[in-house]
Amino acid sequence: MSEKTEVIDKKDIVIRFSGDSGDGMQLTGQQFSDAAALFGNGVSTFPDYPAEIRAPQGTVGGVSGFQVHIGNDPIKTPGDFADVLVAMNPAALKANLRWAKKGATIIVNLDAFTDKNIEKAGYKENPLEDVVLQDYNVVPVKITTLTEEALKDSGLDQKSIVKCKNMFALGMIYWMFDRTVDHTRDFINQKFAKKPEIASANVKVLECGFNYASNVHALAVHFNVAPAQIEKGRYRTITGNKATAWGFLAAAEKANLPLFCGSYPITPATDILQELALRRDLGVKTYQAEDEIAGICTSIGASYVGNLAITTTSGPGLALKSEAAGLAVMAELPLVIVDVQRGGPSTGLPTKTEQSDLLQALYGRNGESPMPVVAASTPGNCFDYAFWAAKIAVEHMTPVVLLTDGFLGNGAQPWKIPSLKDYPSITPRVAKEGDDYKPYARDPETLARMWALPGTKGLEHRIGGLEKVNVTGEISYVPENHQIMTDLRDAKVAKIADCIPQQEIFGNQDGGDVLVVGWGGTYGHLYSVVRELREEGHDVSLAHFNFINPLPKNTNEVLGKFKKIVVCELNLGQFAQYLRAKFPHYTYYQYNKVAGLPFTVVELKEKITELLGK
Amino acid sequence: MAEQYTPKDFKSNQEIRWCPGCGDHGIINSVQKAMAELGYPRESWAVISGIGCSSRFPYYMNTYGFHTIHGRAAAIASGAKSANPKLNILQVSGDGDALAIGGNHFIHAIRRNIDITTLVFNNEIYGLTKGQYSPTTKLGTKTKTSPYGTIETPFNPGELVIGAQGKFFARTLDMNINLSAEVIEAGVRHKGTAVVEILQNCVIFADGAHAAITDKEMKEERQLILRHGEPMVFGKNKDKGIMFDMKAGKLKVVEIGKDGITLDDIMVHDAHSVNPSIHWMLVHMKAPEYPVALGVIRDVEGTTYNDALEAQIEDVKAKSPIRCVEDLLNSGDVWEVK
Repeated sequence: MSEKTEVIDKKDIVIRFSGDSGDGMQLTGQQFSDAAALFGNGVSTFPDYPAEIRAPQGTVGGVSGFQVHIGNDPIKTPGDFADVLVAMNPAALKANLRWAKKGATIIVNLDAFTDKNIEKAGYKENPLEDVVLQDYNVVPVKITTLTEEALKDSGLDQKSIVKCKNMFALGMIYWMFDRTVDHTRDFINQKFAKKPEIASANVKVLECGFNYASNVHALAVHFNVAPAQIEKGRYRTITGNKATAWGFLAAAEKANLPLFCGSYPITPATDILQELALRRDLGVKTYQAEDEIAGICTSIGASYVGNLAITTTSGPGLALKSEAAGLAVMAELPLVIVDVQRGGPSTGLPTKTEQSDLLQALYGRNGESPMPVVAASTPGNCFDYAFWAAKIAVEHMTPVVLLTDGFLGNGAQPWKIPSLKDYPSITPRVAKEGDDYKPYARDPETLARMWALPGTKGLEHRIGGLEKVNVTGEISYVPENHQIMTDLRDAKVAKIADCIPQQEIFGNQDGGDVLVVGWGGTYGHLYSVVRELREEGHDVSLAHFNFINPLPKNTNEVLGKFKKIVVCELNLGQFAQYLRAKFPHYTYYQYNKVAGLPFTVVELKEKITELLGK
Repeated sequence: MAEQYTPKDFKSNQEIRWCPGCGDHGIINSVQKAMAELGYPRESWAVISGIGCSSRFPYYMNTYGFHTIHGRAAAIASGAKSANPKLNILQVSGDGDALAIGGNHFIHAIRRNIDITTLVFNNEIYGLTKGQYSPTTKLGTKTKTSPYGTIETPFNPGELVIGAQGKFFARTLDMNINLSAEVIEAGVRHKGTAVVEILQNCVIFADGAHAAITDKEMKEERQLILRHGEPMVFGKNKDKGIMFDMKAGKLKVVEIGKDGITLDDIMVHDAHSVNPSIHWMLVHMKAPEYPVALGVIRDVEGTTYNDALEAQIEDVKAKSPIRCVEDLLNSGDVWEVK
């Protein structure tokens, strides 16, 4: 190993890679995060990229970032601010400086700081010569030149050579964290197995970056982040979208039903469809439909004939699906609609995260159209809540909305590989040949009807979007019947509360001063801030909800134990409004943010501390 | 295999609520006749409809049935067939349901060649909403939403089918039960999306929309019933036929026995021709210059989406080491924390 400058032991550290959207920053960040996970660190990641695939080079709008938070305990958030920032050009520096801590190490590609690029980024002067950077440890490196130098005899064309420069930066970072390049070397060799010249060029540049960092002593600090004390077992890195897809695979296997996913590509949900499209080996039928409506409708067709059917989308797509979702409510067919929320309204901020589809999920259909809503809260538990959503759909004969968001969907974490033995059974309510079948006869406990699959002899029947007579399923416009059916559909969803876990409290089980309430993708940040405040001796607890409709049965009791309730969410207060309607006897403080970004622990701490003082 | 059924076996216990004199009554008789003749198990049928007068169809059928939402029957039927390819799916839509609100799903089902049979009841009007023009209403027709006449060119469903690379298209008349049953049966037997356009009369809002073809006096002169391998002959005395005018590059009506034209000069219908040019010309024929083509106009083999999907699954299964979800969870980059 090289002689070291200064070694600092850190509990955790945040690194942000940034560059043009074609610079390979997502891959670079993912590589570092995978290597850290393999090393045993707790890891959480946050890709922050523009909607444009190749936005104009060198502009702030085209900057793609990837933030990695590693630590010696299970890391819950990708971190607020970076200790190390890699900026491959002036625009990346401009866009990301606000995310760097004061005193952060900033590695810049000096070659990219040309007059033209500086101007493109919107700087008047070269920022490297400006006072704005005097509070940081700026490490200018001629990354492009050094990459070209390393590959001058490679025989590759200039474009291919320059493409390798991200590996130089990654090599430097590996040195900086006292990690080997082994993981990425193996990755490159595997990825470019058919293009050995590209593989060897990338590996060479990676190693050159590592050696350069060790030789020049330009990096004054060398960080050591010890492995985390985490639960024993087998692990892998997983993103929320992949976990969602896999959770449905697990549910289908448990339920012994074929899995069907009718869907239409939409950011940031597309990965789920892509992931499932790979799984023909497990018999999965993915159907890339002609539009969002056909996505849900093909899934309704598949559900009608007995598949575990899901459809995946994001906010605008959920809006398009709403009429068909109502059909599934009326026909009482199982279906899971996944909404990977993004910034809205309309096209909004396609690649940014938000929690603003909650009310749409709950109420965004015509008529009295109750639908269970479940929300995942970590990338890993997208697996569990996809499973839960499927279980509820199939056992209660209802469409279910599963809410995740761009932050969870694209974020990654080390994930302890579960055993399916530990998951509950899923029992589809399939009617059998010879049954005295009535389409709308209901289970007295759950009020769910039976599922009679076309092809089953003797159970021929008709369903549809028109109101039906309870039990027989014939068309009915009788006023009293409509009231009965409306009440039954509502009660059926409400009764799901009997089958879901109680709401847990992190903190004081007996109640106390402040209860922080959250739901969905903000869990990591809320948990981190509550933990910090508790460590500092404050009486703060957290109730983070995954079951939104129906709410867990003890919700009222949980809320009632605390003097103050503050609902924190990435919208203008949709969950707060929902709780106010359900439990109007409490006062709800709110902390809301709608910036297309996750919370920061810092801002949450400030707000909650303020509330503690009130 | 084939069971013995009569049309009655396919009638449900529900009272039919279409208007007296509506063409739909004839169509349901044709469908039930075709189903009885096909002899497929009753439980293997799923009738899937959208919204509109015609879409009430499933309630009157003693099969599995799903009355869905406006325009989306083709998508729901596509999902049902892909999910369970053993089923026989009959999709029922009107001209508005299939070609206006559901136009996108219609063309994409055809493009994918999903093995469903789609009946388009074409009455050139919106009936259930009481008389607004549809995408097949003839130019200039006065309706409640076109009090001064429409200013839109209508779709010809057959042109859309061929334009979407359709492999099967037939046209029939609501009142011609034998012909309708025959072409519906052919459509069901065809492997792939089979579209049957049924010229249907709405007695209330567009009575006589197809009168030029169905008029008792004129019908034999205005209807050309096509059968594969047979010459394109029509007329009360079977003395008229279709020839291809080489100079003009189009079809022409000729009289047999006149100008030295014999039956041998008449074009023979080739429904199996992969090249759709002649089919397109046949679909396009309009009175009074031409008779209207009825029967199976196009019937070409092709790979269905559902067969390709099953084949791909078998193929990937045979090659993949992943047999269950736990195999997948433990595949790739995994590590042990001890």
